[in-house]
Amino acid sequence: MAGAHRHLLLHTDSPLHRIAPEAKIVGTFLFAVGVALTPRRAVWAFAIDAVVVLSLLAIAGYRPRQALTRFAAVLPFVAFAVFIPFIAGGDKTDLFGLSLSTEGLWASWNVIAKSVLGTGASLILAGTTPISEVVRGLGRLRMPPIVVSIVAFMFRYLDLIVEEMGRMRVAMTARGHDPRWLWQAKPIASAAGAMFVRSYERGERVHSAMLARGFSGTMPQMEHEPASPTDWARSLTPPVVSISLALVALIIL
Amino acid sequence: MLLALHAPDGFLSAPVAFATAFISVVIVGAALRQSGRELKDKQVPLAGIAAAFIFAAQMFNFPVASGTTGHLLGGALAAILLGPATGALVVTIVVVVQALLFADGGLSALGYNVLNMAIVTSFGGYAVFLLARKLMPRNAGGIVGAAGLAAAASVVLSAMAFSVEWLFGATAPIDFDNVFTAMVGVHLLIGVGEGLISALAIGAVLASRPDLVYGVRDLKRSTFADRTPVPMRTFVAGGILAAVVMATVVSQFAVDSPDGLETVAEDTGFADQATDHALDSSIFADYATTGVANESVSLAIAGFSGGAISLAVGYGLFLTMGPRRRSESRETATV
Repeated sequence: MAGAHRHLLLHTDSPLHRIAPEAKIVGTFLFAVGVALTPRRAVWAFAIDAVVVLSLLAIAGYRPRQALTRFAAVLPFVAFAVFIPFIAGGDKTDLFGLSLSTEGLWASWNVIAKSVLGTGASLILAGTTPISEVVRGLGRLRMPPIVVSIVAFMFRYLDLIVEEMGRMRVAMTARGHDPRWLWQAKPIASAAGAMFVRSYERGERVHSAMLARGFSGTMPQMEHEPASPTDWARSLTPPVVSISLALVALIIL
Repeated sequence: MLLALHAPDGFLSAPVAFATAFISVVIVGAALRQSGRELKDKQVPLAGIAAAFIFAAQMFNFPVASGTTGHLLGGALAAILLGPATGALVVTIVVVVQALLFADGGLSALGYNVLNMAIVTSFGGYAVFLLARKLMPRNAGGIVGAAGLAAAASVVLSAMAFSVEWLFGATAPIDFDNVFTAMVGVHLLIGVGEGLISALAIGAVLASRPDLVYGVRDLKRSTFADRTPVPMRTFVAGGILAAVVMATVVSQFAVDSPDGLETVAEDTGFADQATDHALDSSIFADYATTGVANESVSLAIAGFSGGAISLAVGYGLFLTMGPRRRSESRETATV
């Protein structure tokens, strides 16, 4: 899993990069909800959703290869879905000489289609929105200010902690640490404990520094331009598509 | 590990996604307020950096066997170090951010992902920690052992929570029994690693800054000053033994004799309730009833799991929200 959490931002410019973050967050979220509500047998609805996701990925500036490697990161979560047809009950269908559960195949398709489309939506948001913007967007969406400040702090210190962890690992490796089995994990666990103490103490130092600068428990609110109606209109188009497709499919099927 | 963790979109039915989202928002809201009362104006920097720590700890790969590696989930670890309220808050933030910015786990699956990975592990794990601490010897080894058991149990509770949610929101015709057996079985193994690493990490913090461990705040410093060294192999053997015992107990419920539990269930009347829930499928997914193959056994296990989760999480919630509030009102009264 290491390295899987590198931020996915695309350092380019696109119309999507310029949309206000709060509008993009709401749009991404509702699009995923719309996809999740779509009945599994409405294959055409998923196809249209996929066209939406693919064109937005292209507008965002993803190169096909780049997008594929990022999709690959979710493969393990989809792997489970592949097993469903083999273990599920119900009617059987013959496919490639195997007797598979019909309902299981649909269930498998359901999970794969929805998770791929949902991942695509997250990739578009993550690829076009810097972390600081996401934090600002969460604030503008009236998330409790404390939560927004905690998220901001987390990102401010995440790289620092990860790098410190990397240095500890290099130090351990330099001393011949190369564990193969679970019972050799003690140095890693102790390092995690030491990491916690260091992080906590850093938190206390940061807190003192903040107090010295007049911190009173909440972070000062920054003024920003609110999202324009155009931003909202653009960000809400994909969810309008996915939700109406879901509704149409629910009525027809 | 990949099953309960970061479940993707469309894994459980929409009603279950909405219901779990509602439960999660209510509990995380309460945890946010409680954590604010505990940390006061330190909440932002400490919870923020703790969230970064948990995020980073999930990248900490540890060896499992012959070069394969696993990584920490950290719910119970966070709860024991920071208290269940702050722990649940911090892990929730990590789970939400991972879904939003790193495409780990579905956005529409956040309700059950937060419930299973943050709330059940923190509050459930902390409750198990306090119970285990009472049963273990009152020294550093006992505390570390209790932390290990709690971390292992938190992963298993999380798997049970997913299985119970599957009963109500299955999206595939797979029997509840199979889901339960597979999930709990796999997570027992994961729990061994989680328990071992969490226990050793807490041992390391206890050795240098015991004042930072929330779970031992009520104990005298002399209690855990007694640090009898425990050989690593004994420690691992103990962990595996605990897993085998747990597996045996769970499989007894699952396979051999549901009668005892069923009788209890009927006596206490929760079998009836459970049946009502499962058969009242109109509000649940199409497969709510296919999730129940052998009705009595499934419902007994579901009742057992649901009961275990509610007890552990409820006890954890009570421990954090209840008594502390009283002590705080006393504080304000004297001021």
